[in-house]
Amino acid sequence: MAIVETGPVPAAAEEAAAPKSARSTWSRRKPTILALIVPLLLLAFWQVATMLQWTRLIPTPYAVAECMVDFAVGGIFDDAYSATLVSHLLASMSRVYGGFALAALFALPIGLMIGRMPWARMLLDPFLQVMRPIPVTAWLPLSMILFGLGAKSAFALVCLGAFYPILLNTVFGVRAVDPKLFEAASMLGCSGNAQFYKVVLPAAVPSIFTGLRLGLGLAWFVIVVGEMTGVPQGLGAVIMDGRTLSRTELVICGMIVIGLAGYLSDRVVVATGNRLLRWSPNHHG
Amino acid sequence: MAESATPIVEIKSVSKVFQLQDQTIHALSDAHLSINKGEFVCLIGASGCGKSTLLRIIAGFEQPSTGEALMWGRPIAGPDPTRGMVFQDYALFPWLNVRANIGFGPAARGLGGAEVKAIVDKFIDLVGLGKFANAYPHQLSGGMKQRVAIARVLANDAEVVLMDEPFGALDAMTRERLQDELLEIWQRTKLTVVFVTHSVEEAIFLANRVVVMTPGPGRIESDNALDLPRPRDVASPEFNAIRRVLAAKLHSHHGKKSA
Repeated sequence: MAIVETGPVPAAAEEAAAPKSARSTWSRRKPTILALIVPLLLLAFWQVATMLQWTRLIPTPYAVAECMVDFAVGGIFDDAYSATLVSHLLASMSRVYGGFALAALFALPIGLMIGRMPWARMLLDPFLQVMRPIPVTAWLPLSMILFGLGAKSAFALVCLGAFYPILLNTVFGVRAVDPKLFEAASMLGCSGNAQFYKVVLPAAVPSIFTGLRLGLGLAWFVIVVGEMTGVPQGLGAVIMDGRTLSRTELVICGMIVIGLAGYLSDRVVVATGNRLLRWSPNHHG
Repeated sequence: MAESATPIVEIKSVSKVFQLQDQTIHALSDAHLSINKGEFVCLIGASGCGKSTLLRIIAGFEQPSTGEALMWGRPIAGPDPTRGMVFQDYALFPWLNVRANIGFGPAARGLGGAEVKAIVDKFIDLVGLGKFANAYPHQLSGGMKQRVAIARVLANDAEVVLMDEPFGALDAMTRERLQDELLEIWQRTKLTVVFVTHSVEEAIFLANRVVVMTPGPGRIESDNALDLPRPRDVASPEFNAIRRVLAAKLHSHHGKKSA
């Protein structure tokens, strides 16, 4: 007895001491280098376009860089936006994560219910499917009437933006559980409500996680709309002000900061996911 | 043994009808079968003969349309840890490692951590997966997954192990090895095994009873006791003689169909 198959060894010894040759340096840096090509080409095109004055309305990369430094640490223009990046970023982050958390708080239980209870699906699904195509921008006026000008409205809009991806992926995850797993659990003595915690939830985690990731991405995506509600602080507010003041370099700075912040926040989520979902073969983003 | 008076599993004139839209499918008609403790019974037949349906009725996943399915004389009301199922596609919990998959049943029964650990250690050893205790199912080969599925059922003190073409998806070498291991476990533990397969050879190699089933509607054609000595030699004349007889029974419905 006790014959052990010599099958694949579970993910160890994979990145064992690679030889430090030029080839391995290249293969290590390849992703970074490839990733930088498109942004650098875009930057070059932008530089050329502004140098040749194809447009007078778009500032040069240098002007934007100067504005970014001033926005971040001040000392160049010393105006209302100097050295305010951190406070605007924090204001936006609080809305993004706050709105996202609020969305998760509603979407997760509702999604679990729709996925598991036929009556909940019949009650809520048609309504939510009709509401879903309405873009967050369309909600802006109503949101300002309901929640007033300011932070509450911004929260509500961000929350709305993050709500549907979380909801839909939760529903999908709960409904897509392999029926065999329920049979397996019940013949092992786990039946009824216990199956919800021992089978449904863990099986749905990858999907739920995808929903949370998409939801957080969308929260960053709609933050500018959310901050069109007349909030004084926030990256969206900065972009709106920049537009009003015709300070396009400030608008571009705001865009860049949102892009980077959204990207970093997504990387954190993905890294967390890779740790938590080691068991899932198709979950290494 | 006093137990041998009552069969561990008894199927009394069971039929099963599925309603598929406007079609009525007679998956199983008037089946009688009684299995004693410690037997190794193979259900064999072409697809549609009702062998999996019969197995699922014994498991408690399906209720018979008519007739009764009994265990120790009591009606089978639903799935139960005393009857463990090994599925062809493993049905392991992908989020649990080997250890936790095997410990799932004991933990569901409410045993404490130390007890569960002792049980898991014992059965990981039994199926020879010590080195892979912390691996996740997607990291295992098919043969290893099926070992986990067997250990998971044994760890839960199943008296009857129901196996639905468990080695059907494995390559020939792995299948032979697992057949040997299964026989060894069966002989050592005095389990009762009900094993569904479509391979005559596999059935003769494993079983002391081969129940031949034929489709349209699914029914039991014959119940054949085998007393070939073990270990059985698949190349021996005796083995081949039995194979010829069973193959003929298996194909007996072909003539009837064309009539």
